[in-house]
Amino acid sequence: MNRTGRGIPPFQSFLDDHRAVVYRYLMAAAGPEEAEDCFQETFLAALRAYPKLRDGHNLKCWVLTIATRKAIDASRSRRRRPVSVPDVAAVGEAKGSRQSRSATGVVAEGPHAAGGLAPTDPYDPLWESVRRLPARQRAAVVQRFVLDRSYGEIAATMGGSEEAARANVSLGLGKLRKDLT
Amino acid sequence: MQASELKRLGEAIEDRSQVLALGLSDAAAQRGLLDVGYGFADSPFGRLLVAMTRRGLVTLVYPEESPEDALERIAARVSPRVLESVRATDQIRRELDEYFEQRRRTFSVPVDLRLTRGFNQKVLEQTARIPYGSVSTYREVSARAGSPQGMRAAGQALASNPVPIMVPCHRVVRTGGALGGYAGGTDRKAALLELEGALQAGEERWLGRTSGRAVRRRWS
Repeated sequence: MNRTGRGIPPFQSFLDDHRAVVYRYLMAAAGPEEAEDCFQETFLAALRAYPKLRDGHNLKCWVLTIATRKAIDASRSRRRRPVSVPDVAAVGEAKGSRQSRSATGVVAEGPHAAGGLAPTDPYDPLWESVRRLPARQRAAVVQRFVLDRSYGEIAATMGGSEEAARANVSLGLGKLRKDLT
Repeated sequence: MQASELKRLGEAIEDRSQVLALGLSDAAAQRGLLDVGYGFADSPFGRLLVAMTRRGLVTLVYPEESPEDALERIAARVSPRVLESVRATDQIRRELDEYFEQRRRTFSVPVDLRLTRGFNQKVLEQTARIPYGSVSTYREVSARAGSPQGMRAAGQALASNPVPIMVPCHRVVRTGGALGGYAGGTDRKAALLELEGALQAGEERWLGRTSGRAVRRRWS
């Protein structure tokens, strides 16, 4: 394809290429209730900044950085709101049917433990625990295990060092283990 | 968890993200972030890509060019804020339908000629004034654009018309009455003139409005 000018693809193809990964990420990092709002805010923020991009490299990393910020913002404003009652009730209901496959061991097994951190049942106790993690730990854990990204990539989207990414993942996993055992 | 369950989950996420993505162009437009909204219009020639800016139709692309290439070009030359938008293209798609069904002779959707400049733009502006059902000549439009000797340049301006059909470059023919060229193909030029009743089907025979004088009279 002969891209003239600055080589930024039309926004529609950028959106088509990355919408699924962004949505999957937000389902996990922000939770199913916030995911759709965060999705729209992520892509609107991307659209606003889009013409200023200098080239079309690393757009996936760029959009996940924005999504991470939106997920963190959402969790902060969520914490300020009172606990939503239907949410808690639904968790109770869901627990009855789903508890048998509580994902305790799976988290520790790493990125290739398919079926571990996949956003199947939003009321799975595992997800409740993930959502209780501090925002940066949650973002790091989700990127590692849901998106199967390397620590280097996580560091790039989160704006820290690789060591910080490792630390966030390991702290997050530690809390999850404690929570779920 | 079963593999099939995972697969279904992946598909559900794919579907849902597609629905969410479809809603984005309207949200973007509300916030003034949609620079180009595009869509596809059916026509006897196949699917036409139509792209709207806030000013009007900025390009209409015949099916020979792939939509991907056309959109790349628009992103580079107009703005990369390009999204498919049913709403932005609703009116132009409807008007093109009516045109091809011979229920419409003029378009109310404005054109945005920002992809052209200078003499080329003047030629297109003059061409836009040639009425439905009549024709003019390269000589005439170049003279009206301010360059009586610029017939060749006028031909080139028309060949690079970014909004064919809307700016009816198919209505510009050679002084002797021959069809002349057309970026979308001479057959298509003849088909459009037949549709408009300026050319009899199957023959290159003009229907009474062929002489330069007759055309000029209709077009002042």
